[in-house]
Amino acid sequence: MARPVRFNINAQADVKLVKEGPEGYSGEGFFATSLDKVVGLGRANSMWPLPFATSCCGIEFMATMGATYDFARFGAERVGFSPRQCDLLMVMGTIAKKMGPVVKQVYLQMAEPRWVMAVGACASSGGIFDTYSVLQGIDQIIPVDVYVPGCPPRPEAILDGFMKVQELVHNKEVIRRRTSDKYKELMESYGIQ
Amino acid sequence: MPLTNETITKKLTEHFGDQLTDIEEPYGLLTFTAPKDLNLKVMQFLYDDPELKFRFLTDLTGVHFPDRKGGELAVVYHLHNLEDNVRLRFRIFTDIAKPDVFTATSLFSAANWMERETYDFFGVNFVGHPNLKRVLNVDEMDYFPMRKEYPLEDQTRTDKDDEMFGRGGHIGI
Amino acid sequence: MSEQHQHVKLPDGSIEKTTTTLNMGPTHPATHGVFQNILELDGERIVSADSTVGYIHRAFEKIAERRPLYQITPLTDRLNYCSSPINNMGWHLTCEKLLGVKTPKRVDYLRIIVMELARISDHLICNSIVGVDAGAYTGFLYVMQYRELIYEIYEEVCGSRLTTNIGRIGGFERNFTNTAFTKLEKFLREYPAVLKEFENMFMRNRIFMERTMGTGGISAERALNYGFTGPNLRATGVDYDVRAMNPYSSYEDFSFNIPVGSTGDNYDRWLVREQEMWESLGIIRQAYEKIQEFKGADAEVYHANVPEYYLPKKEDVYTKMEALIWHFKIIMGEVEMPAGEVYHSVEGANGELGFYLISDGGRAPFRLHFRRPCFIYYQAYPEITQGSMLSDAVITMSSLNLIAGEMDA
Repeated sequence: MARPVRFNINAQADVKLVKEGPEGYSGEGFFATSLDKVVGLGRANSMWPLPFATSCCGIEFMATMGATYDFARFGAERVGFSPRQCDLLMVMGTIAKKMGPVVKQVYLQMAEPRWVMAVGACASSGGIFDTYSVLQGIDQIIPVDVYVPGCPPRPEAILDGFMKVQELVHNKEVIRRRTSDKYKELMESYGIQ
Repeated sequence: MPLTNETITKKLTEHFGDQLTDIEEPYGLLTFTAPKDLNLKVMQFLYDDPELKFRFLTDLTGVHFPDRKGGELAVVYHLHNLEDNVRLRFRIFTDIAKPDVFTATSLFSAANWMERETYDFFGVNFVGHPNLKRVLNVDEMDYFPMRKEYPLEDQTRTDKDDEMFGRGGHIGI
Repeated sequence: MSEQHQHVKLPDGSIEKTTTTLNMGPTHPATHGVFQNILELDGERIVSADSTVGYIHRAFEKIAERRPLYQITPLTDRLNYCSSPINNMGWHLTCEKLLGVKTPKRVDYLRIIVMELARISDHLICNSIVGVDAGAYTGFLYVMQYRELIYEIYEEVCGSRLTTNIGRIGGFERNFTNTAFTKLEKFLREYPAVLKEFENMFMRNRIFMERTMGTGGISAERALNYGFTGPNLRATGVDYDVRAMNPYSSYEDFSFNIPVGSTGDNYDRWLVREQEMWESLGIIRQAYEKIQEFKGADAEVYHANVPEYYLPKKEDVYTKMEALIWHFKIIMGEVEMPAGEVYHSVEGANGELGFYLISDGGRAPFRLHFRRPCFIYYQAYPEITQGSMLSDAVITMSSLNLIAGEMDA
């Protein structure tokens, strides 16, 4: 016997399937907009992620990279394993206390601007492993932009998290966020120069 | 003649006499207890004997029995005879104050890391081990976490409230 | 630097003065998992290797001392997360051995289907990642598509893709629906062609053969001494398979071959895993045929009749009082638990996955130890890679199929 629908009944009538470009003033052969919008657009659609995969969430990431849940559609085709070349640090899996300094080292080696996505329950808060050897969330050592909960999160959830990072990069950032005060305070609180 | 638990027991008692105690067969697996100093001799006998041929070390682990005074730490060996398909388990008990046990690495290379893990978790000191350091935990750890007196959670964490989890800071459910 | 490493002797004929230290650190490309190797190199050849593990040590054994039996099943998922149903089934079989529960044949056959699917899914990852490490990314992409089909079958049965927490003590949580069998049939129809295509890409590919043949070899005596089990041991020539020697869950009713290699090098390991996938397909077909022979009431059996240990149906839990109470009691461990110690092992995708459970009659096990094959055979890595080139060491690492979750537990 079907139960009456309780959620999602006020559906949005206008679901945007195609992302609009930035607002600006366009004319015959030119388009004028502000620099940070264009830079944001460029950055968001070609993020180079660093998959820091430690455990089970890493396998779901491999599935996301596969053909069914194609990650390359979002411009993140080129995954790099060198922190010097990547924008987005995706920490997927449990981070033990032994691994903590390694994560911090990798984060410090990344060049600005850099974003961090904590994929999975273990990276967000320690997950089901509330033990003496597991770091209870990577935000104890590095600042995190987006958390994707799940154990492991479905590939759709990882894609949703990535889209949120894209939104962050595109809309909500100034070009040089490292000069803003809020960012400086955040880095101070983590002890990062 | 197929190798049965009775044959093995007979050969062992012939060779070692009364030193092997608690010979039983829980769930069909022959299990006995040997004194601490004889562990290598027992394994060597089981390895070399042409009928017994227990030449595969399946598992080596430790157990902490806080109630057994004088023999709190146990090291349990699981051996396997691959040709006749017979398994065997034997354990030795050692005092927690002086947990020295002879290493099995000379006989089975597989025992190397398994003994390091037992040292890491319980503090059993394997005499003669080539590289007895911690293998799974951080090297700076100064206690042996699997012993029953230590709690599971990291006591210095601030973001999880033990009261809410019904723990109140003591071990056990 | 030279003072620290004087104990490492350079081989004769070397043109270097000291060895180079290279840290193949915990963060690797190609997502193998986190373990560290500090290699001493003489030019390109490896003189010695020093492995460090424990970067993902999650203290499973200590957690298990606090949790009743059903709450340990999600922990076992995360041991070898590429083939988590095998771990779950292994744990349930151990509990059934301790509690003395006997499962009906249909349950055994369904379990075998799920376990063999998990084995295929693990070997697919391993073989395609060996390809990726040798430079051939295509095979990986072709094959990940078909792992999605396997995930769909798991989802139909238990609701989850990767960390499945599948099954109960005594059987399954629900009967396999017709959709599950339809998906299984689709898999059995489409997958052999894909596996053949994958094989054609690698098996007689000259570049792949030259990279993997003769590298990373180990002899059978050393492998046995190191405690190798599973495909790594079978590639050296020893046909030890727990499914054949200590059959569990009615494996004795099935006929399958055990593929065996000869030299134990990377190519043999690749071939053994490939052939095992074909054998698993055969076992799944046989199991499916046997299941279709159950008719009528027998076809509805999906668990043993042990109300003390088997969680009641969810419809009853939400509507009837006794079912709710039983559910609560079983999950919290307030049921009769016999005291005793039991060791049970299953043939995991990497080897003999053993569970050593000591129960003292209380809610949670007194001691639970996992005999993890990856931890045991990784000790041999320095010996295997001694004298080989650096690029061969990378392929050896991926062909040994090291899953960090299982290694560190």
